[in-house]
Amino acid sequence: MKFKTFFWFVAPSVFMMLLFIAAPLISVFIQSFQITQPVMQQIEVETCTPGFLTQTCVTETKTVPVINEETGRTETTTAWVGFQSYQNVLQMDKFWSAIGSGNWGEILQIDFWKALRFTLMFTLVTLPLVIGVGLMIALAVNNAAKSLRGPVIFVSLLPFIITPVIGSLSIYWLFVGDGILTATLERWTGQDIAMFAQAWTIELLMYFYRVWHVAPFAFVIFYAGLQTVNMDTLESAIIDGASRFERLRYVIVPHLMPLIIFIALIHLMDCYRVFDEIIGFRSQAHVISLQWLTFDFLTPDDAGNRAISRAAASAMLTMVGIVILLILPLRRTWRDHKGGAH
Amino acid sequence: MYLKKLALAGAVSLLGSTAFAACSYQNEVPLKSLTAGFEAWKAVTDAMAECGNFQAELDQEFRTKQPAAFEANPSLYHIGGVSNGTITPLLNAGTIRPLDDLVEKYGQNLSPNQLIRVDGQIMAVAMMVNTQHLMYRSDILADLGIETPSTWDEVFAAAEKIEEAGVVDHAIGATMKSGWNLAQEFVNMYPGFGGAFFNADNTTAVNSEAGMKALDTMKRTLEFTDPEVLVSDSTYVQQQFQQGKIAMANLWSSRAGAMNDENESTVVGKVSMAAAPMAMDGGAPATTLWWDGIVIAANITDEEADAAFRLAMEGMDADMVQSANEAAIWLVQGYEPGPLAEGAIATATANPAPPAYPSTTQMGLLHTALGNELPAFLTGERGAEATLVAIEEAYTTSAKEAGVLE
Repeated sequence: MKFKTFFWFVAPSVFMMLLFIAAPLISVFIQSFQITQPVMQQIEVETCTPGFLTQTCVTETKTVPVINEETGRTETTTAWVGFQSYQNVLQMDKFWSAIGSGNWGEILQIDFWKALRFTLMFTLVTLPLVIGVGLMIALAVNNAAKSLRGPVIFVSLLPFIITPVIGSLSIYWLFVGDGILTATLERWTGQDIAMFAQAWTIELLMYFYRVWHVAPFAFVIFYAGLQTVNMDTLESAIIDGASRFERLRYVIVPHLMPLIIFIALIHLMDCYRVFDEIIGFRSQAHVISLQWLTFDFLTPDDAGNRAISRAAASAMLTMVGIVILLILPLRRTWRDHKGGAH
Repeated sequence: MYLKKLALAGAVSLLGSTAFAACSYQNEVPLKSLTAGFEAWKAVTDAMAECGNFQAELDQEFRTKQPAAFEANPSLYHIGGVSNGTITPLLNAGTIRPLDDLVEKYGQNLSPNQLIRVDGQIMAVAMMVNTQHLMYRSDILADLGIETPSTWDEVFAAAEKIEEAGVVDHAIGATMKSGWNLAQEFVNMYPGFGGAFFNADNTTAVNSEAGMKALDTMKRTLEFTDPEVLVSDSTYVQQQFQQGKIAMANLWSSRAGAMNDENESTVVGKVSMAAAPMAMDGGAPATTLWWDGIVIAANITDEEADAAFRLAMEGMDADMVQSANEAAIWLVQGYEPGPLAEGAIATATANPAPPAYPSTTQMGLLHTALGNELPAFLTGERGAEATLVAIEEAYTTSAKEAGVLE
C-alpha cells in the first residue's frame, strides 16, 4: 500500500487515539504530581437551622473557600508535590513497618494493598478458568451434531451479551438476603446461608460471575480457531493411535496457542480493571479493587470534596500494573512474531 | 434511563391523582429542578409540575451532580433540593442566591422556622425535617411485655428477648451499608456519647473515649442484625421491616410512611415510632437533625429566579401537604402530625436536643474517612483503637489535600 493511502486510512483512528487516550493519559500523569486546592479562609458565620418548632442559630468559625470577586468562582492554587500523592495511596511507611514487624496481615489493611491483593488474585484465578471453560465449550460445540450447533452457540453466547453491571446486580439479587438461590440452598441444606456476610463467599461469587460472563468470548475465538485445525495432522494422529486427550494436548492446543495468548492478553487487561462486581455486589466492606479505589477517590462527598490527585496517582499505578502483567505474554507474542517472520 | 422513568412515573402519578388542587397560576418560564428522589420530593415536585413548563429530576445520587450543575453558567437547574449536608458545596462555591427579596414577594405562607439563614441572609427554604429515630414492631414488643426502649442498652435488652422468642429473623435492622450509610451510623452515635467531631484547629477529635464507646455500641448491634448488614441501606432496612423480618431499627423518619403502604407492607399498622434511643443516660438521642429544602441557583436570570421561587412556593403549599401528610415531617403550614411522626418530633424536641448535622467542608471529608475505615472494624479485621487512628489518618490526609489543614 502506498504510504499516502495508508496514512489516510489510519489517520482518523490515530487522531481519535491521541485525543481520547493519549491526551487524557498525559493530563492524568501531570495531575498525579500536582495538588489543586481552594484557598481557604476562616470566618465567623451564624447559621440558623430549623428544629420542629423553633430554630437554633449557632455562630461558629468555619473554614470556607475564598470566592474570587471577578470570576465568581473559588480561588485555587496548584502546587507540584512530587510523589506525595503516590505516597498517600501506597502508604509505603506503613507497608515497610508491617513487613518489619512481621505482621503481614497489616499490609492488607491499607486500601491500596488490599485492593491489589484482590485484583491480582481475581485476574490470575479467573484467567485459566476462562480459557479452560471457553475451550471446553468450543470443543463440545464442535463435536455436537450440526443441527444442534446453532441453538447451542446462541445459548452459550447469552452471558456475554448481558451488560456487566446488570449481570452482577442479577447475581447479587439472586443471592442477597432471602434471594431465590439463597432461599433454595437454605431449604436444601437446612442451614442459614448469608453469601454477602464474609469476604470469601463474595469473592467466590465474583470469580463465578466473571468466568460465566467472559467464557463465551473465549469460546467464540476458540471455536473459530478449531475450524482451521489441520485435518490431515489430526487424522495422522488418529492413525498413530493418539487418544482423544493426546490429540488435544499435541495437536489442537499448540494450534490454538496464539489464540490462547490473545485471550489471555485481553482478559488480563479487562480483569485488572475489575469494577462492576464491586459496585453490583456492594462488596466495599469486604472486597475492593484498584479501579474501585480510583472511583472512590473521584466521588465527591457531601461537601463537594474529591481527591483528584490521589485518584490520578491510583489510576497511573493501575496502568503500571497492567503493563507489568502484560509484559510476559507480550514478550512471547513478540518472539513468535519474530520467529514467524522468516 | 432511570431518571426518565422516574420523571415518567412522576408524570403518570400526576395524571392519576385528583387529590392535588390545580395550580393557582400558569407558569410561563421553562424551569428544571434537581432533587433527591424520596417520597416527599415526589410530592413537592408533582405539585410544582401542575403549574406547567416544569421538568423535575429526582435522583438519589443528586449530591454528586449538583455542585457541578449549579456551577455551570447558566446553571443547568433552577431549583435545587438540598439538605444540611449537601448545601455545603453550593454555599462554598457561591452558586446559590440569597432569597430575602423573593421571600418577601412570595413567601407570605412561610414560617420563620423554615428560613435557613447564613449570616443573616436567607439561603434556602426548608420544607421538612428528617432524623433517624427508633421504629419498632409495637405488636411484638407488647406480646413480649417489653417497654419502648429509650436507650441503646434497653434496645439491646429488648433485642435479646425478641431473639429468644424467635418471632422475627433478626431483632434489629441497621443502615450499615459500607460508605455513606455506615459513616452516618457513627455520626449518630458519637455525639450521643458527648463527642465533638473537630478540634478548634480543624483536626479531628474522633480518636477519643466517646469514639471508643460509639464503636462498641455499633459492634454490639451486629449481634442482633442480619449477617449481611454491611450491604444494607435505608431501602433494604425498610423492606426488611415491610416483610416482617426485623423488629426494631434506627431508621430515617422519611421511611416511616412506607410501613403503612398496603401495596408493599405486610405489617401495616404494626410499626410505631419513638425517639431515637439515647447512647447514655441523660444525653441527647443518638442521632442528628436534618432538614430538606430548596435553593435557587445564582447563575440564572432574575426573571427565572423569580418564576422558580414562585413555583417552589406553589409546590410547598398547604394543598400539597394535605395530600401527602404522611410523606414527611413537614414544616409547611397545614401539616398535621400523625402517629407516624411521633418519634421524629420526640427526637427533635428532646432536651438536650440532638445536634444538627454540621454543614462544613471538614464534615464531608470526615464522613468519607469514616465510611471507608469503619468496615474493617465491623468485619473484625481491625481493633477499635487502630480503627480510630486509621480514621484520624485518613481524615488528615484528605484534609491536607483539600486545604483545610496545613
